[in-house]
Amino acid sequence: MHLKIQHTSTYRFEMPVRYVVQSHRLWASQFEGQSVLGWNVMVEDAVFGQYFTDSAGDRVRTMTLNGPLTELRVHVEGEVMTSDQNGVLAGHIERVPPLAYLRTTDPTKPDKALKELALATSGSDLDRAHALSNAVAEAIVYRPGTTDAHTTAAEALAQGEGVCQDHAHALISAARTIGMPARYVSGYLQASSDGVPHEAGHAWAELHVSTLGWVGFDPANKCCPDERYVRLGSGLDAIHAAPIRGITHGLSSGDLEVEVAVEAAQQ
Amino acid sequence: MLSRTAENLYWVTRYMERAETMARLLEVGYRIALMPSAGEGNRNEWASILAASGVESYFQQSYSEANETTLENFLVFDTNNPSSVATCIAKARDNARVVRTAVTSEVWDALNSAFQEFKGLRPGDLPGLCDWTKKQTAALRGAIEGTQLQQDGYDFLNLGYYLERADNTARLLDVKYYVLLPTTQRVGGSVDNYQWITLLRSLSALRSFHWAYGGDYSPTKIAHFLILNKTNPRSLLHCVEEASYHLNRLARAYGQSTGAQAQANTKLARLAEAHVEDIISDGLHEFLRDFIRDNAGLGQTVADSYLFGSK
Amino acid sequence: MYQGDAIRDTYKSLAEWSEKLGPEELNAKRAEAEALFRRIGITFAVYGEGGDPERLIPFDLIPRVFTSFEWSRLERGVKQRAEALNCFLRDVYHRAEIVRAGRIPAELVFQNAAFEPSVVGFRPAEGVFSHIVGIDLVRTSADEFFVLEDNCRTPSGVSYMLENREIMMRMFPDLFRKMRVAPVEDYPDQLRRTLASVAPEKCITDPTVVVLTPGGMNSAYYEHSFLADQMGVELVEGQDLFVEGDLVFMRTTRGPQRVDVIYRRIDDPFLDPLHFRPDSMLGIPGLMNVYLTGGVSICSAPGAGVADDKAVYTYVPDMIRFYLGEEPILKNVPTWRCGTPDDLKHVLANLGDLVVKEVHGSGGYGMLVGPASTKAEIETYAERIKANPSEFIAQPTLSLSTCPTFVEQGLAPRHVDLRPYCLVGKKVNLCPGGLTRVALREGSLVVNSSQGGGVKDTWVIAD
Repeated sequence: MHLKIQHTSTYRFEMPVRYVVQSHRLWASQFEGQSVLGWNVMVEDAVFGQYFTDSAGDRVRTMTLNGPLTELRVHVEGEVMTSDQNGVLAGHIERVPPLAYLRTTDPTKPDKALKELALATSGSDLDRAHALSNAVAEAIVYRPGTTDAHTTAAEALAQGEGVCQDHAHALISAARTIGMPARYVSGYLQASSDGVPHEAGHAWAELHVSTLGWVGFDPANKCCPDERYVRLGSGLDAIHAAPIRGITHGLSSGDLEVEVAVEAAQQ
Repeated sequence: MLSRTAENLYWVTRYMERAETMARLLEVGYRIALMPSAGEGNRNEWASILAASGVESYFQQSYSEANETTLENFLVFDTNNPSSVATCIAKARDNARVVRTAVTSEVWDALNSAFQEFKGLRPGDLPGLCDWTKKQTAALRGAIEGTQLQQDGYDFLNLGYYLERADNTARLLDVKYYVLLPTTQRVGGSVDNYQWITLLRSLSALRSFHWAYGGDYSPTKIAHFLILNKTNPRSLLHCVEEASYHLNRLARAYGQSTGAQAQANTKLARLAEAHVEDIISDGLHEFLRDFIRDNAGLGQTVADSYLFGSK
Repeated sequence: MYQGDAIRDTYKSLAEWSEKLGPEELNAKRAEAEALFRRIGITFAVYGEGGDPERLIPFDLIPRVFTSFEWSRLERGVKQRAEALNCFLRDVYHRAEIVRAGRIPAELVFQNAAFEPSVVGFRPAEGVFSHIVGIDLVRTSADEFFVLEDNCRTPSGVSYMLENREIMMRMFPDLFRKMRVAPVEDYPDQLRRTLASVAPEKCITDPTVVVLTPGGMNSAYYEHSFLADQMGVELVEGQDLFVEGDLVFMRTTRGPQRVDVIYRRIDDPFLDPLHFRPDSMLGIPGLMNVYLTGGVSICSAPGAGVADDKAVYTYVPDMIRFYLGEEPILKNVPTWRCGTPDDLKHVLANLGDLVVKEVHGSGGYGMLVGPASTKAEIETYAERIKANPSEFIAQPTLSLSTCPTFVEQGLAPRHVDLRPYCLVGKKVNLCPGGLTRVALREGSLVVNSSQGGGVKDTWVIAD
């Protein structure tokens, strides 16, 4: 599928800031199920570092901008060709050994309930991965506004509702509990044909299955990523995998607005 | 030199100068309280001392009446007051502590012993407290002049002194500007005499005034002395001249001119040309208000020119 | 216990000298030394014990002495180990041959909290990850040394080595005239040269080196400022540095100045809030991207900690054999890993005779010294081990060598250890001396300054 992406993050600062630095993981991944036709990240007046491919295979670069600034707009435009690989991330070049994705982080720390959910599964790696994803999808109902960026996997599971970030964290946490390497993936998802808007960005999980390597699972949509999904990058959790990691100096409360549009290109 | 180091040095002296101003203010209040006319008229002298301190809003949070006891506590000991002697000395020492290698051990000793000795001070002896504070600031000044290499760090120490002092003199003058207005009819009356003496004394300038001008007080002479007389180390012109001198030195040493240097030189040229009669007839209060604003602006430009503050 | 004539002679003349001085004079000298330390401001912070947190480390006037013959063997051993540790780091962040060869369990490396995934495939300048390697050693007999632990991140204490020597020279010039003590004073120069030798390729001028400190509240702040001062480089905090594009700059009054090498004294998680902990106020946002694109060198390299983990320690002799094809010159203390069931059984059955440490602990905190503990203490500790076995290792209590130490009653033997500092850059360099720590309590084996230990000057004497 030929997809066109427009993604704009606009930061507004009450008090002008002197300096902004961000690390951008904003370039679509390259693997068998996805190839980049064109990609561009734009920020007016910014100084960019060189692009580099990090150990997880993501294209990353630094952006710095000197103020005073009252507004900052990061605009991404891209086109990719995708195909359905049943979630399997084949042909993706990366260097981190899967075992490194067994460590736990604050948002993915398992509690008793998460461990129980994980231990209730059985069978082959792949069977268990599917079972875990289904269990998380059932245990956490998709309901925007019930959790925030800092909600942990355990908290989301306890309250039984959340958004894609919570689903992904819970699935990652559960998988690591049973010794299956797991990571957080950030990206985009094409709006459904019925016009129901999705969350601004999308996120899912990848689990390392012994026979297949990394395989994506999206509990929020009860499926594996297919041709409607655009993969950007991965990390141990939402913080590490964030497409934009930034800090703004200067005393102000930033107001962030994100708009994402993913559409099938006109044939 | 690291910008943070320069910034710390600049604040060491700003805080110590501020501590001294607080001590001077209290001394004035104390002396006036001893005058026979104290409490007469419609102004409480302690209230105007408080107004001159520039931290009235903090006072109102924890005190009701401005008098000797409350002001002594507030301006000397109260650590909730960001400009009390206690706060200033602690902050000056903190600023020096993180740049220990940039100051001589004598300079550090002056600050550290002020901080340590202060812990032993108790309320109840206002003149003693004021004397003690002035002695500490003098000791620091002496240590800086006597031991500090006269490199860039020395210039930043002096910039702190003179920008702070200019601000303090201007504020003090602004609180009292009404006594210098030509509309004050009772020239030579005892109340005005006291007010003038108060003003001069608060700037340690009473005797030097006589040496410089002789004869009777007059609003023009006093305004001239405090604003435009370069020989008076607390006059606005002197402070601006010194600030400009140190900024020029820095620019020469670094081989690059800065916005701060240009701004200070312009300000100096304008002030050096000014006439006290014009200042008074155009509005002393307006003049001082603009001066205080420009002085703060210069402080900001210094910060920008030398990359103070986190990026 | 001490063999070799030189040593005997040295201690003999030291003994004669101290006898001649007499206890009163020695006491006076000790007070004088303490006053000197206070004046210079060498203190360390002890946390969680109340009282004055800025304390002085007790300084013992009697130096620890090595002959240059003994030292040269030690030197070979320490350099061998430092080299193997760097080989290991290069390897685990590249092809991980040692893991593939089955010589060290994969999970011990890749699941290790100190393993830094982002530097996999990254080669730091000169291939060096750990630039200052501090090896903690104890001596059990004339020519047997055991390594207690390796410190590959930012070993501290070198300022004591330098200051102790300075004070000894000031107080006992006669001793130095009589004995040919190898000088240690060029350590700061060596350190600066080592750091400059690992400047990134992008640096085409004379490299700008800085020392990065967490700030004045840190217990080792004195050492940070001391080393910066001695090397003649800036001591910076995170807020003094900033990233622009692909480079790191320092805010100076002359304008932004490019920084090439950062000797950091802050831990990995705090280095860069855009990469590690987002709440870190100590680091430089964007630093890791600059590092990974070769714009700046960070010493020690992020991820170096995976080599000095106490569980990885047990494999260092294997590393030496694997990478260097040599037999280890310095031995490891036999260690039981409580994470393996057999070892755990042995440890729990013999707690009374063992020293147990937390794998990620440091500074002598949270350890159990079996022979010096009560039954109740041992039982409580056993519960902690059972709750989380893989977090603990155990070692036998060694019959450590002692060194004459000046105590209330005069000279008496006290247990000592030694931390020499090995510098690894383009060249490998070991300073002839180190930090000798001494357990001041009679019979005690704990030398940590936070646990009542003291320090001594360390002398390497020409034969």
